[in-house]
Amino acid sequence: MCVLGESRLEGYHGLAYRKLVEAGVNVGDTVEVSFGDESFVGRLMPRVESDDDSVVTIKLPNGYNIGLSVVDASVRLVSPAGGLHQQPPVEEAVGFGAGEYVALISTGGTIASRVEYETGAVRPALRASDLMSLVPELEGISRLKTQVLMSILSEDMKPAYWERIARAVYSELEAGAAGVVVAHGTDTMGYTAAALSFALRGVDRPIVLVGSQRSSDRPSSDAYTNLLCAVKFAKESFRPGVYVCMHASTSDPTCAVIPGVKVRKMHTSRRDAFKAVNTRPVAFVDRDKLVFLDESSKGYVVGGGVVFKPGFSDKAALIEYYPGFSLDILNWLAEKGYLGVVLAGTGLGHVSSELVDGIARLRRSGFLIYMTSQCLYGRVNMNVYTTGRRLLAAGVVPLGDMLPETAYVKLSWALANYPLEEVDGVMRSNLVGELSARSVYSGEWT
Amino acid sequence: MKVGLEIHQQLDTREKLFCACPTRPATGKPDYEFRRVLRATKSELGVVDPAAQFEEVRRRVYVYQGFRDHTCLVEMDEEPPHELNMEALEIGLMCAMLLGARPVDEVVVMRKTVIDGSNTSGFQRTALIALGGGIKLGDKTIGISTLCLEEDAARLVSSDASTGVVTYRLDRLGVPLIEISTKPDITTPEEAGAAAYEIGRILRRLRRVKRGLGTIRQDINVSVEGGARIEVKGVQELSLISKVVSFEAKRQEGLLRLREELRRRVPAVVVSDPVDLTSEFEATQSNTIKQGLKSGGGVFGVRVEGFSGYFKFEVAPGKRFGSELADYARQIAGVGGLIHSDELPAYGVTQEEVDAVKRKLGCSDVDGFVLVVAERTRAERALSVVAKRCAQAIDGVVEETRAAQPDGTTRFLRPMPGSARMYPETDVPYVRVTSETLSRLKSAIPPPLEELESRLVSLKVSSELAKQAVESEWLNVLETMLAEAPEAAQLLCSVLTQDVRELSREGVGVDELPDHVVLELLRGAVRKGLLRDQVKQALRLVATSSRSVGEALEEISSTTISLGELDAIIESVIDSNKQLISARGAEAFKPLMGDVMKLVRGRAPGSIVSQRLAQKLRERTERVSAQG
Ligand SMILES: [Zn+2]
Repeated sequence: MCVLGESRLEGYHGLAYRKLVEAGVNVGDTVEVSFGDESFVGRLMPRVESDDDSVVTIKLPNGYNIGLSVVDASVRLVSPAGGLHQQPPVEEAVGFGAGEYVALISTGGTIASRVEYETGAVRPALRASDLMSLVPELEGISRLKTQVLMSILSEDMKPAYWERIARAVYSELEAGAAGVVVAHGTDTMGYTAAALSFALRGVDRPIVLVGSQRSSDRPSSDAYTNLLCAVKFAKESFRPGVYVCMHASTSDPTCAVIPGVKVRKMHTSRRDAFKAVNTRPVAFVDRDKLVFLDESSKGYVVGGGVVFKPGFSDKAALIEYYPGFSLDILNWLAEKGYLGVVLAGTGLGHVSSELVDGIARLRRSGFLIYMTSQCLYGRVNMNVYTTGRRLLAAGVVPLGDMLPETAYVKLSWALANYPLEEVDGVMRSNLVGELSARSVYSGEWT
Repeated sequence: MKVGLEIHQQLDTREKLFCACPTRPATGKPDYEFRRVLRATKSELGVVDPAAQFEEVRRRVYVYQGFRDHTCLVEMDEEPPHELNMEALEIGLMCAMLLGARPVDEVVVMRKTVIDGSNTSGFQRTALIALGGGIKLGDKTIGISTLCLEEDAARLVSSDASTGVVTYRLDRLGVPLIEISTKPDITTPEEAGAAAYEIGRILRRLRRVKRGLGTIRQDINVSVEGGARIEVKGVQELSLISKVVSFEAKRQEGLLRLREELRRRVPAVVVSDPVDLTSEFEATQSNTIKQGLKSGGGVFGVRVEGFSGYFKFEVAPGKRFGSELADYARQIAGVGGLIHSDELPAYGVTQEEVDAVKRKLGCSDVDGFVLVVAERTRAERALSVVAKRCAQAIDGVVEETRAAQPDGTTRFLRPMPGSARMYPETDVPYVRVTSETLSRLKSAIPPPLEELESRLVSLKVSSELAKQAVESEWLNVLETMLAEAPEAAQLLCSVLTQDVRELSREGVGVDELPDHVVLELLRGAVRKGLLRDQVKQALRLVATSSRSVGEALEEISSTTISLGELDAIIESVIDSNKQLISARGAEAFKPLMGDVMKLVRGRAPGSIVSQRLAQKLRERTERVSAQG
């Protein structure tokens, strides 16, 4: 996906750029590219930066784009078009009564973008009117109050943004939304879901993160179903907590709602990439119904009111252990001022026995070390093998069945909100369902 | 008349256009199924494509069938497309050179919105690879406007109008197609047929196109003077092209005549709102209506002002305006059909009922009416379609996409797609076409078919058969075999033209046999010195039974005799009947034939036996008379 800037010759450089500038042409203008007796007329289209610098892309009257080399060609402006139109996203302020509406906060990603049909460029947009036209069925479910909080790519997410999102969600809840839907890029949606879970512990209404794996310009996009189901769950479930709502399978109608601390993107591209790990979805939703798998909400502090702690530290790290792993990496983190690390160890929670002494030294110096498993499924148990027992003795804190990513987010949060000496205790306790005491059999492994 | 052709030919590449799945069709049952819905999306300007909106209005649920060995996540729209298949692009560029078209310097893949479900993504990936060029038809040149490379669509399995469920198989989705569009330079139905034939010949010259039914499909754009552009989709047989063009031209002329008559009668066609007429039919004896009412429907109707007599107006031979209307109602609203005033009383509907309907609808003598028997919303949708189409009748021909029928007629399929339905496929990088690539490809273009034809003639194949042979869909097999066994040219040509044609006419699935199987069979046949008829039998056996090529050849040669064995039998019969032959000359043929057939015991067909015997006998008598 490319989000294009404002340049009037987007993506052009080198020879093509020079010829276009000479001809006084901008993207969107109608141009003639001539090769002696042969010429082509079409509208100049933007290009992706990294391409051949001798080629211009034009859109022919039949709708096709073609590339023409301008090495032996002349370019002439036929008629200017004033550039391709762009509508900046606008926030819409609407007065709603408490509980009547769902607040929709857009942070970016595929679901909050739309394609510019002429160029194929993807641009951020998430006004209520856009959504309603995208999913007219929303009208029958809930009124919507929308805001574009940020427009960033999923991979650009960072702890400071988690705090901004948490604050935005909190103020929407304070203002009386029945629930909050957060539109998010899918790559790091699991992390943000965990972050909101900790920052808004004890929340009394649903907060639902939603994304899409196929951009909404395509008729087959999963955005429609996902958005519809997320808003429906936010409005109708009355189920407190933070969740991710995405396709339950490759088929269209149904979404799974998965706890925000137990969810992980497990596929690069499939619609049903998000899986509940070491638990199961709390509900399945489609246009017509909402089915809970489990009526209880164990592990949540409900009724105590929201404990709003939106801070996140950037002094936490997440490291996956691998054969050949060097202690240098951990030492470097400590030297650079990191306060702690979550390790995704092998199997039941191991790293090489050769690292044990070094880890013990780091712990003694006050550097925090937590253990999760790179298996993702199952829980760590460091009492079974000698190395595990030695790591425990060295001060490594095991984190049960907590996902490595959730553990990392939790550490970042704990470091920002608790004194250092309390962090181990915070990490070990189950605050929002991130740790379960029992490993429940989930059927045959596939 | 202006006619343009769009020819779609599947390419015989190893992999699909945007993934590494094979391009051969799947056989057997699907391995998995999934369900999707598609939505029309608004363009930048907030415009929904009319064709796309039309499909969305139909609220379809699409069921897709996948095959582990033939489809992957790309066809499921669960993984971005891989890079453009270079083998397909190279074939396309070679074709461009043969047509004298100008290749683009860089190929940009586009998305063309298609939401009838035939593409899981809701769009077809297509790239324009060359522009211009032309083909010669005698002295006339038919211009080529564009040459595109695109992915084939999924194959329709079934469509259930009552549930809205449409099922597709995914094995064909993504197979590379080359699309050649001519300019509207064609002016007669015959010219349309000839142009399609010529383009087919150029494509076959590439030796890289698929064969068999459905591997080439023609769309035809037809407009008559004063008419409108009509796109006719899905003509699968070359022989139908001129028929479709002439039918469609007649239909448009018919609609123009209807327009003139209407204009003389009314300034505009006014249609009333739908009215519930169920109570008028409470005691009806009409089975059609009774059945509709029993399944929970009602009778609904509209008054069409000034239309009396025009529903039965014959727009084309065998096609009345009323049946055109029914096509729209069926396609758009999914009703079974409609009843119009020009055909009543009939179908058990009485004159009294007709009068009651006219009263309730307020019809005057020149007004007509249309009835639909269905559940209310469906009926109302059907009638609004009818109203719109009747109103448009005064404008003449309506631009639209129609489907070709096997008899050469056409039927309404959907509105013509708007031009705003294309945008770039951002997941696929551009492909630069350099002059080095082009000159390499130019030298790789196979020689023209004429060259092969004259080679066949030099190998003692009759010129008639040679002409047929180069037209054969089995050209690749023929050429491979010719290289290995040029002495068998006559046999190979006969088998790969007349015999395979006869077999497939008998319903023997010889077209579905893969090239390598037929090659293996022909090699074995040539080695064993089998007769043409034996080869044909072996082909039949392989295509209709589970026998391997080796088994089939074995079986045929043990139940039949080779040419050498037959000749030996004939020689021995002639030898032992010398007296008879010298006494009766040519008259000896009949008794000798009886003797030979006894010894052959059905292991060779009589026609071949008699032909060989006659020849041997002639040789013998000539020799005898020469000696004498
Ligand atoms: Zn594939």
